[in-house]
Amino acid sequence: MAAHRCSYCSWLFILFSLSVFVIADIHETTAVSDHHVGVSDNTQTETADQPTVEERQWEATEVKEAAPDNVAADTQGTSAPETMVPSSVPQPKDDFQEELVIRPLHSGDIYASFQFRTLWDTDFMRDNKVSHYRLFPKSLGQVISKFSVRELHISFTQGYWRTMQWGQPFISSPPGAELWVWFQDSVTDVDATWKELTNVLSGIFCASLNFIDSTNTVQPSASFKPLGIGNETDHRFLRYATLPREIVCTENLTPWKKLLPCGSKAGLAVLLKSEKLFHSSFHSQAVHIRSVCQDRQCKTTSWELRQTLNSVFDLHTSGQGKREWSLFKMFSRTLTEACPLASSSKLYIDITDNSQGEQFELIPATSLLSQAVVLGDRRTFSVYDLTQETTFGSVRSLNLLIRWKSSDMLRPLLHAERYVAGYGLQTGEIHTLMYNNHPYRSFPVLLLDSVPWYLRLYIHTLSVTSKGKDNKPSYIHYEPSKDRVRPHLLEMLIQLPPNSVTEVTVQFERALLKWTEYPPDPNHGFYVGSSVISSLVPSTVAMDTNSTQERPLFSSFFPCKEESSYFVRIYTEPLLVNLPTPDFSMPYNVICLTCTVVAVGYGSLYNLLTRSFQIEEPNPGLAKRIANVIRKMRGVPPL
Amino acid sequence: MGLLSDPNRRRALISMLTRLNAPICVVCYLAGVAWFMGLAFEPFTLRTYMSENAMGSTMVEERFPAGERALATGREFAAHKNKVGGMPVDWLVKTMQDRGLEVFTQSFSRTLPFPDENKERYIVKGTNVYGILRAPRAPRTEALVLSAPCSPGDNNQAVGLLLGLAQYFRNQIYWAKDIIFLVNEHDLIGMQAWLEGYHHTNTTGMSWSPLQGRGGSIQAALTLELSSDVITSLDLVLEGLNGQLPNLDLANLFYAFCQKIGVLCTIQGKLQRNDWDSVSGYSHAVQTMMLMVMKQASGRPWGDHGLFLRYHIEAATVKGINSFRQYKTDVTTIGRLLEGMYRKLNNLLERLHQSYFFYLMPSLSHFVSIGYYMPAFGLLAVILLLRALDLWVQLATPPSRTEDGIADIDQSSPGVLSVLTPLVISHLTGVALYTLPIHFQETAVEHFPVSETEAVVLTAIAIYTAGLALPHNTHRLLSGEGTEQGWRVLKLVAVLYLAVLLGCTALINFSLGFILALTMVPLAAFVTPHVPKVLSAFILVILSPACTLLFSVFFFQELQEMPVSFQDGWLLYLSVISQGILDHSLYGSLVYPLIALLVYPCWLLFWNILFWK
Repeated sequence: MAAHRCSYCSWLFILFSLSVFVIADIHETTAVSDHHVGVSDNTQTETADQPTVEERQWEATEVKEAAPDNVAADTQGTSAPETMVPSSVPQPKDDFQEELVIRPLHSGDIYASFQFRTLWDTDFMRDNKVSHYRLFPKSLGQVISKFSVRELHISFTQGYWRTMQWGQPFISSPPGAELWVWFQDSVTDVDATWKELTNVLSGIFCASLNFIDSTNTVQPSASFKPLGIGNETDHRFLRYATLPREIVCTENLTPWKKLLPCGSKAGLAVLLKSEKLFHSSFHSQAVHIRSVCQDRQCKTTSWELRQTLNSVFDLHTSGQGKREWSLFKMFSRTLTEACPLASSSKLYIDITDNSQGEQFELIPATSLLSQAVVLGDRRTFSVYDLTQETTFGSVRSLNLLIRWKSSDMLRPLLHAERYVAGYGLQTGEIHTLMYNNHPYRSFPVLLLDSVPWYLRLYIHTLSVTSKGKDNKPSYIHYEPSKDRVRPHLLEMLIQLPPNSVTEVTVQFERALLKWTEYPPDPNHGFYVGSSVISSLVPSTVAMDTNSTQERPLFSSFFPCKEESSYFVRIYTEPLLVNLPTPDFSMPYNVICLTCTVVAVGYGSLYNLLTRSFQIEEPNPGLAKRIANVIRKMRGVPPL
Repeated sequence: MGLLSDPNRRRALISMLTRLNAPICVVCYLAGVAWFMGLAFEPFTLRTYMSENAMGSTMVEERFPAGERALATGREFAAHKNKVGGMPVDWLVKTMQDRGLEVFTQSFSRTLPFPDENKERYIVKGTNVYGILRAPRAPRTEALVLSAPCSPGDNNQAVGLLLGLAQYFRNQIYWAKDIIFLVNEHDLIGMQAWLEGYHHTNTTGMSWSPLQGRGGSIQAALTLELSSDVITSLDLVLEGLNGQLPNLDLANLFYAFCQKIGVLCTIQGKLQRNDWDSVSGYSHAVQTMMLMVMKQASGRPWGDHGLFLRYHIEAATVKGINSFRQYKTDVTTIGRLLEGMYRKLNNLLERLHQSYFFYLMPSLSHFVSIGYYMPAFGLLAVILLLRALDLWVQLATPPSRTEDGIADIDQSSPGVLSVLTPLVISHLTGVALYTLPIHFQETAVEHFPVSETEAVVLTAIAIYTAGLALPHNTHRLLSGEGTEQGWRVLKLVAVLYLAVLLGCTALINFSLGFILALTMVPLAAFVTPHVPKVLSAFILVILSPACTLLFSVFFFQELQEMPVSFQDGWLLYLSVISQGILDHSLYGSLVYPLIALLVYPCWLLFWNILFWK
């Protein structure tokens, strides 16, 4: 009887989901053509930040070539593990992939980047409620449907990414917490939804996102375009906020790990132990939710949840100066198995600078190689496929070991820094320096600055100079602040000349806050969030003129288009600014004393200055007056 | 209130104040001086205590082990310094990079307005090298600075220790603030260039190359000076530019760690004594405090830390001193002391702000806060107000006049002109004193057999002396014979002017204000055209700012227990003047302009009153 009811239910479900798909198809076919236009306009969707962008096999292995579009869902149908739960009913397909990229940095540090991707071919926005969750975390699914979120990006970062030492990260994020959300255009009251959403996310991630309010939220007009599909770019539906003061720690990591299908029980997430992760030079964890095409034709969309975690391990502090790293040293764990729910689980080691093994060696070695264009640079990776039994060897555990031999430095093409100039507590000047290190090409950057209202920007002093000359921005979007309501928003499109430093300066005045507006530690200073620099940077592959020796001649005459430039977003350091601060140790005494002094001093002075003093005869008594009247009548002078 | 609005009582009060004016003034003056001398008496002072909670309990364990290696690094540095004949930039960059720091350099150049004969420099070119230790997982918002000047003298141990500490600090994981290790060339000039570069300001017209790396807002800084291999005690130098002092908690921190580690520590080179009730103990405390007062009044930075204070960065200099005592401190111990201090500073959640910014220190464990020393100045300043009141009353109620004083002056006065003329002339003399010495050095060098520096100083003295002849002659040309009423009005103006001037100075730099008040107030109180001319003129000259400076030079030498002969003292005096002018143009010290543009003209007014008729 129970079996009968179950099958009945499943039939119903199949019918139901089919109907949904049909409707979705009808809708999508109309939207697709628009969308393709949108993609070519909107350069940011081409984020080549995923090493799986294109995967070519050098060695003879069974992995087939993936599509260059990184939204291809199922690249490895052949290698799907048997442990995956066989779906008896054709419910919306979902898929989970995990990978870890390890890149030895030129500074000698080690960069480990985890990416977990869950794809789900469903639509939260249809009127039927999605109630059955398998791999996709339910908490986030509910958030998406309740708040009509089209795209959500949230990152928690502890530390500052040192672009000069480490190069570009795969996904960059500012220190503290950053949240930006695109809402569906069906949302009527965006601000209220945003407010509610931040509070809900605050609960989900155990973070102080509830401190996001109108005073630190902006609507950038150009800098943050949707990364997923979608033709709506009306920035009324975009909200962006940062909390530079947010401290990220274990309590944020645990809920983040709980979103993974395997939790931290199996797969790569086993390595995510907080005692080691928070022993690093840099830690950043992020959640990106967007909708992507299901296939090349882009008839249907699916939701993508991408969880990333980046950290950089310092050689000096824990390696005792010995340049040797292993998975165990980094994470105090080794890998024993892939997540059973994952369709692909891989470990990539960046060996680009080590093609002949002259800088470091890997133990155990792998024969699997892969090449990808990452951030405009052609990188080569060694690949360890965790779904293969042979990877773990005879001891059934993988402890990858890297031994260094030498290192050198590189210069990133674009980097930026920011600082406060001047002294005293009245005025100051914010300097933003943007370096273009490309030898001969200039490129445009979008600069986004969101400055809290208590720094009153003198926007007439805004100046942009490069190489000592005035550099006129081709686009400026400025929204002045309102005291206690909203921050300044400044967006500029600036062309960076080749091999130059562009300096953006603007003066400000420090506001004197009301005495209840100061935080408990007013002398610590007030934070100004990072400015965001988004740019299409010319690719180093295109810049490299010596590449002809490696590549076939026919491929090297014109720089090929998709490699000629890549999108990069970098963040400057946040600023800590001191505001004029009253002495809070004795406000009551000070107020009382001042008031008394002013009252007494002013009162008496005013009195002395305005009154004229004359000696007056005291009023004569009644008897005397009568006597005087009598004397007057008698004609005698009065008393 | 009632006292003042009741005309009878008011009259009584005023008549009492006018009648007893002179005795009250004398009493106030003596009381002020006595109060000031009493400040050094230990029962009247407060013990220092740590106000900042984040640095309160001593939970830090110092483990710095590598003192010997630091000394070896220092020797290596010295060898490279001798080889290059200046700052071994390449070696420093490489050494710092090897220690895992982000290393940057800054070159700067500066042409002094005239040659500095003390340090033998005129056109200064140099390079600062600094390495930033990036704190793990910190967003580059806060930083601490440890600096050691690379001087031609012997500061190699300090650089060695700095590099040793850098290496040790780099391997620790507890840093929450970036630490900047700075080796600056040409001591203060290099420091000025670096600070201006860091904060992108240009107050003194120095040219420097912009900095490439920063660590956010600097919270605190220490400068390290170790003059010899053998260190017996550590001296803390606090006095900075324009008499600014760092937060007292920084001194407390130093003292606490000296106590904990067991290092002899001094301030003004004076050890602390326990026998406060004996005469010698008291005079020791007075000596220490007076040294601080003299140094603060000079307005010059007494160590490289002095320039940080302008940027609201708490900073001090730690000086290693070899005083040939038995007790010796090795470099490892100093390294541990600094490690402890930096770990405590690293724990800071807010800038140092809890403790006092205005204080005097009769010993390292005792301090006098602003609330205690200000009455001493107040007692002196009240004399000026009493004299002003006296003059006002004399002006307001002359025999056979109405009560309305102001209208009276306007009617009977030789008028605004007689007051304005001396004011303007004396201030013009001040402007000349401020501008001419530097501008006319070439001319002076051409016509007289002197060096540029001598030319500047002697021009300054010449203008100063020439100023004495000016005012009382000119006002007579303009407005004829001075009247009785005229000098009273002028003196009233001058006395009030002096009161405001000294009051403002004392608020910013108490020591300078107090020393000026000590000399200027008596002369302001007694001078009239009716006192004996020659004697008064002599006293007036003796109490003039220039002579005050001369006496201060001798007094300072006496306090340092290095008395000089008159000849040497005079040479020292000349060099102090040139240093004062240089400090102003190099670092923006305000003492020279204050004296030249305000105090000296004010003194000229009194000079003018003496020769009114």
